[in-house]
Amino acid sequence: MHGTDPGFLQSIGTFLGFYYLFISLMNSVMALYLWGKKGRPDLAIAVLVLFAVPFLMLSPFALSGQPPGLPTWFTDTVNAAANAVVYTALTTGALVLLYLCRSFFVRKDVAWVMLNVALLLMGLSMTNQNFALIVTKPDNVPIVGLVFLLGFFTWLATAKAVENDDRIARGLGPAEKDDNEKVLVWPDLVYTELICMVALTAFLLVWAIGLPAPLEEPASSVKTPNPSKAPWYFLGLQEMLVYYDPWMAGVVLPSLIVFGLMAIPYIDFNKLGNGYYTIKERRFSYLVFQIGFLDLWVTLIILGTFLRGPNWNFFGPYEFWDPHKVLALNNVDLSEYFWVRGLNQGLPRAPVDADGLTKFLYILLRESPGIVLVLLYFLALPPLLATTIFRRFLAKMGFIRYMVLANLLLFMAALPLKMILRWTVNLKYLVAIPEYFLNF
Amino acid sequence: MSLGETIRNSQIWKSVFRHPMPLDRRNRIVVMLTNFFLHLHPVSMKKQGIALSYTWCMGGVTFFLFLVETVTGVLLMFYYRPTLEWAYNDILALRDVTSLGILRELHRWGAHAMVITVWLHMYRVFLTGSYKPPREFNWVVGVILLLLTLLLSFTGYLLPWDQLAIWAITVGSNMARATPILGYEGPLQQLLTVEGIDMISDASDARFGLLGARFVGEETLNRFYVLHCVGIPLAVSLLLAIHFWRVRKDGGISGPL
Repeated sequence: MHGTDPGFLQSIGTFLGFYYLFISLMNSVMALYLWGKKGRPDLAIAVLVLFAVPFLMLSPFALSGQPPGLPTWFTDTVNAAANAVVYTALTTGALVLLYLCRSFFVRKDVAWVMLNVALLLMGLSMTNQNFALIVTKPDNVPIVGLVFLLGFFTWLATAKAVENDDRIARGLGPAEKDDNEKVLVWPDLVYTELICMVALTAFLLVWAIGLPAPLEEPASSVKTPNPSKAPWYFLGLQEMLVYYDPWMAGVVLPSLIVFGLMAIPYIDFNKLGNGYYTIKERRFSYLVFQIGFLDLWVTLIILGTFLRGPNWNFFGPYEFWDPHKVLALNNVDLSEYFWVRGLNQGLPRAPVDADGLTKFLYILLRESPGIVLVLLYFLALPPLLATTIFRRFLAKMGFIRYMVLANLLLFMAALPLKMILRWTVNLKYLVAIPEYFLNF
Repeated sequence: MSLGETIRNSQIWKSVFRHPMPLDRRNRIVVMLTNFFLHLHPVSMKKQGIALSYTWCMGGVTFFLFLVETVTGVLLMFYYRPTLEWAYNDILALRDVTSLGILRELHRWGAHAMVITVWLHMYRVFLTGSYKPPREFNWVVGVILLLLTLLLSFTGYLLPWDQLAIWAITVGSNMARATPILGYEGPLQQLLTVEGIDMISDASDARFGLLGARFVGEETLNRFYVLHCVGIPLAVSLLLAIHFWRVRKDGGISGPL
C-alpha cells in the first residue's frame, strides 16, 4: 500500500496494545526479580521507570487505534537508503561490532536494554502497513521468532564463553567444570523434560489457535505468483541465485554446505574447547562457523524473506512491493571486459563451419581470462596459503585434511567475493559458457 | 491400604511396571534401568549436563516436535487424500468444516519450529565444541538428520496443493534441472551422450527423478506424499536411534574433561 488502510491501524492497534502490555509485564517481572531476589532496588526502579511504565502507557494508545508509529521521514530515509549492499554492509558490520565488543554486549543490563529497544522498534514498525504485511504473513512469523531466538541464544552462548575465557585466563578452567557433582536423572532431568514438554505443547496450542495456517488459491501451473519463493529455510539459497547460476547456488554450494558441516570434526584439529563455551581457545573455527551461519546463512534468509519482492527486486523494510519497480541490470561478463573493453576487439568467435573441437577451443580462448582466474583461485591459493598464513595448519593437519579445509574455505569465500565483484564492477560471470550451461 | 496402594500392589500394575514407585534413591536408579522409555537415559549424570543454560534442551525439543509431527501427521492422514481431485479440498475442509482441523496448524507450526530448533541444536553443539572426539561421527549423523528435517518440511510443503505449495516446490526443484552432468540444463550434461543420443532430457534428468514428471503435478504429489509420510520418517527414525545410542556410547552429554 502507498497509503494506509483506515481499518488497518485499528486491527493492528489491538494486537500492539496487548504486545506493549506484555512487554510492560515482562519488565515488571524483571523489576520484581531484581528487587526481591537480587536485592537491587536501584536497578528495579530503573527498569520500571525506563521500560515498564512507558510501555504500559503506549498500550492504551494502541488499543484505541492510535498506535505510535515511525515518522515518515524515517521510513522514507530507510527505504531510500536500503539496498542489498547497505543491508549486507550493515549486518556484517553489526556482527563484527558485536564480536569485537562482546564483553560489553554480554552485560545483562546492556542486553536488557537492547532487547527492549528491539521490541519497541518492532512495535513501532508494525504500524507501517507495508512492514506489517510482510512480517505477519503466516509462514514468515516463524522467522521473526528465529531472529529473536537466535539473538537470545547467541547472547547466552557468548556470555558463557566470555566468562569462561576470563576464568581460563585466570587459571580456573571453564565454569562447566565446577558442576561436576553427579545427580540422579530421576527426578532431576526427567522432570525438566516433562515440564519442557508441557510448556511446549501449551505454546504450540496457543500458536495454532492464534495463527491460522496459510491456504492460498488452489494450485495452478499457469498462474505464476510474483515473487515465487521457495520455503523460507531455502531462501538463503534462492538469494544466492542473484550471484550464481542454479548449478552453483542450487546444487554445488548446498552440497558443499552439507559436506562441509560433516567434515568439521575431521578438519578441526584443535583439542581445546571440547564440552564448554569458549571463543579464545578456538577463535578460528568459531569465526568461520559464525561467518557461515550468522552472516551468510541467516542474514541471507532474512534478506530473501523480508526484503525481496516481485521480480526478486530489493525493497526497503517499509516499502510497498511494487511489481512494476524496474531496476536496470547492466552486468557484464569478464570476457567482455577483457576482449571488448580492454583490447577493443570483438569476442573470439569460431568460424561458422568450424568442427566441434575448433568451436570448443574458441570458447576456451574467449573465456580464458576467467578460466585462468578461477584456476588460480582454486589451484594456486591453497599452496600459497599453506606457505604463508596456514603454515601451522598444514603442519598439524597433513595434506589431505588441509586441502579439504582450504577448498571448503575458498568455496565459502566465493559467495562474498562474487557479491563484491557484482557491486563494484557489475561483474556478471567470470566464466560464461552458456553453450555448456557452465556460467561461473 | 489406600486405593492407590491397592492398585500399585495389584498383579496387573506390577506386571506393567517392573519397579516400585521411584521414591527412594534405590528405586530411582532401578526405574531408569527397567523402564523401556527411560532406559535411553543414564541413571545419573553431571549437574552441568542437565543445566538448561548449557544444553538449551534443543535436541530434546526437536525430538519432542518430531513426535508431535508424527502423531498429528498420522491423524491428518485419516483426512487427507493426495490426489489432484481431493488434496486442496481436504485441506479446505480441515480449515472450515472438520472438528479438530487445528491439527493442521499444530502440524505446520510444529514443522517450522522443528526446523528452527534443529538449527539451534546444531548451533549449541558447535559452540560447545561437542563434535570433537569422541563424538565426531554423531555430529555427522546429526547433520544428516538436519538435512532430512529440511527435506521432511520441503516434501510436506507441497501437500496442501495451493499456490504457495506448488510454486515453492517448483522454485525449489528447478535447481535440480541445473545439476552438473545429471540435469538437462546443467553444466557438462553433454557428457552423457551415447552414440549421438543425449541421455539427459527433461524427461530423464535429476529434476524428473525428484518430481516424477516434467513439472510439479499429480505424480509429484504422490511422490512427495510417500516420501513425507513413510520414506523420510523411516530414515529419520533409524538415524535418531543411532544418534541417541551414540550419545550414550560416546560418553553421555558433552562436558569439560
